[in-house]
Amino acid sequence: MWRFPKVRTRRLKEIACAFAVAGAFGLSGSIAGHAGERLGLGVPATPEQIAGWDIDVRPDGVGLPPGKGTATAGEAIFLDHCAACHGDFAEGRDKWPVLAGGLGSLKADRPEKTIGSYWPAASTVFDYIKRAMPFGNAQSLSDDDVYALTAFLLNMNEVIKDPDFELNQKNFSTIVMPNEGGFYDDDRETAERQFWNAKACMKDCKTDVKVTATAAVLDVTPDSKTGPHVD
Amino acid sequence: MAAAAAATAAAAGGARAAGDPLITEIQDWNSALGEGVDAYPYGKPSEFEKGVVRKSVPWLTADPISSINFTPLHELDGIITPNGLCFERHHGGIAKIPRESHRLMIHGLVEKPLVFTMADLMRFPRENKVYFLECAANSGMEWRGSQLNGCQFTHGMIHCVMYTGVPLKHILAAAGVKTNAKWLLAEGADASAMTRSIPMEKALDDCLVAFAMNGEALRPEQGYPLRLCVPGWEGNMWVKWLRRLELGDEPWHHREETSKYTDLLPNGKARRFTWGMDVKSVITNPSPQAPIKHGKGPLVLTGLAWSGNGTIKRVDVSIDGGRNWNTARIDGPSLSMALHRFYYEFDWDGSELFLQSRAIDEAGYVQPTKEALRAVRGANSIYHNNGIQTWHVGPDGVIENVEVT
Repeated sequence: MWRFPKVRTRRLKEIACAFAVAGAFGLSGSIAGHAGERLGLGVPATPEQIAGWDIDVRPDGVGLPPGKGTATAGEAIFLDHCAACHGDFAEGRDKWPVLAGGLGSLKADRPEKTIGSYWPAASTVFDYIKRAMPFGNAQSLSDDDVYALTAFLLNMNEVIKDPDFELNQKNFSTIVMPNEGGFYDDDRETAERQFWNAKACMKDCKTDVKVTATAAVLDVTPDSKTGPHVD
Repeated sequence: MAAAAAATAAAAGGARAAGDPLITEIQDWNSALGEGVDAYPYGKPSEFEKGVVRKSVPWLTADPISSINFTPLHELDGIITPNGLCFERHHGGIAKIPRESHRLMIHGLVEKPLVFTMADLMRFPRENKVYFLECAANSGMEWRGSQLNGCQFTHGMIHCVMYTGVPLKHILAAAGVKTNAKWLLAEGADASAMTRSIPMEKALDDCLVAFAMNGEALRPEQGYPLRLCVPGWEGNMWVKWLRRLELGDEPWHHREETSKYTDLLPNGKARRFTWGMDVKSVITNPSPQAPIKHGKGPLVLTGLAWSGNGTIKRVDVSIDGGRNWNTARIDGPSLSMALHRFYYEFDWDGSELFLQSRAIDEAGYVQPTKEALRAVRGANSIYHNNGIQTWHVGPDGVIENVEVT
């Protein structure tokens, strides 16, 4: 589970209180007389309305719609709708995102973070393609298209070996991503405890100050060639 | 142009000349009539401030639609960012949604799924809160060393405005939160349909569903007509064009909390759910885009400090690269999870300086050096770079972004 840093922990008791009150009575304190539920604002969301917007998918498969697709089918869709930016083999063109490759590069000086090398869950591939891709024509693909594209990308990343393997609503959650175990919850409060050090040095804190890096040498700031005054 | 050149010359010392024509001769604006009250139904900054604008860095992203621009921090003062200068970060461009066409849905683990219009939301009790919004990637290009020459570019993915909106807990209460609801998914209505998972503790604490900034409706690029405010937490979670809130028992692990907004460490593992923005500060003036032009003598050094942990208790300033520190003066309101303005006035003797600022928040967190951060995190974590910034001041007053030992 995630943790809250020190001050946030202190506030958690109040929050827990607010939570209990909100659950039991709607609202607390000075706004009790205006409890949201008593205000009666809004109208019930119908199942049709919820179905229209609720397209999200979780790693445990909750939210996956009926449908199916293979990498072979996905390749044709990818060439039509995706390859112009992401390359024929999901390798990325120009500055557009690289979707395949980079396996084993996460400790490298220049890691290549792709679906195969970095993403912890296949559900995220399905969810993101369905909600936001193709860039400029989002939510234009059918569920079968999204299953097929997901299978293709997993095939390009060697997660699905057989291009004719049918990915579907039932078997989706059996897919294990190479970097599934590569993430842990924010631990700054303990791992970086040394930064909570109110006794900061004020005088004679070090002897030497040497320049180790300069931005002007790199010279990539917009307008930098016109001098220090950006106009 | 000639008038502008004359004005510059006057500013550079002409005012001290015996016959300064700006005083001894009658100027146009002192004689001819100016424009009337019907000239600008919605006013704009002075034409002489036209350089005070958001700027982008084209090489940072593949295209300008899913991209970022930067607030001109070096030109601003106080703690409130003007609406038209608040940095932008979109993933699918700016959605243009008529307020009458906008809907907010709440569903999932609630007693009663609901849909609200903007008119409905205007009938809930409101709050006014001043908060900073900092992109998780602010200063991210500086992890490997000094790259961009100006605090607009190194620290300008931030703004601070007064938001007006409905506390999220009121909307949650209207729908009735089920006891097994532990997480909230917030979703935008734009072409990226941005989603983030937020723990219920935060949702019930201080999140705000905002419709106004600095007294007027949200700007389109800031989520008009509705956005989520998640005080102290990374900007990505402040979902714009907010249209849907779903309650669930598990986080969703969506693209913006797996592929993006996770922080890769040297051991090849990555931190996820690094929500809080830790204590940070930067000297905004003098800085590379705001060199010292007035020569030796009295100098006003100013900057900004902020923390997702609460208020700023102290800001120290060094002019010798961190050897010695002096406590700066915080001026103006000190509000929790908002920008703080600090000043340090001193006499510049014309010698080379290495300027640094170091903020300390109410949790006792002391802003670390970049060196100390890299010792823990390496150089590939992209997000959450709150390291101390160094500006090198040359004897000519020209300033450069550097790192020092």
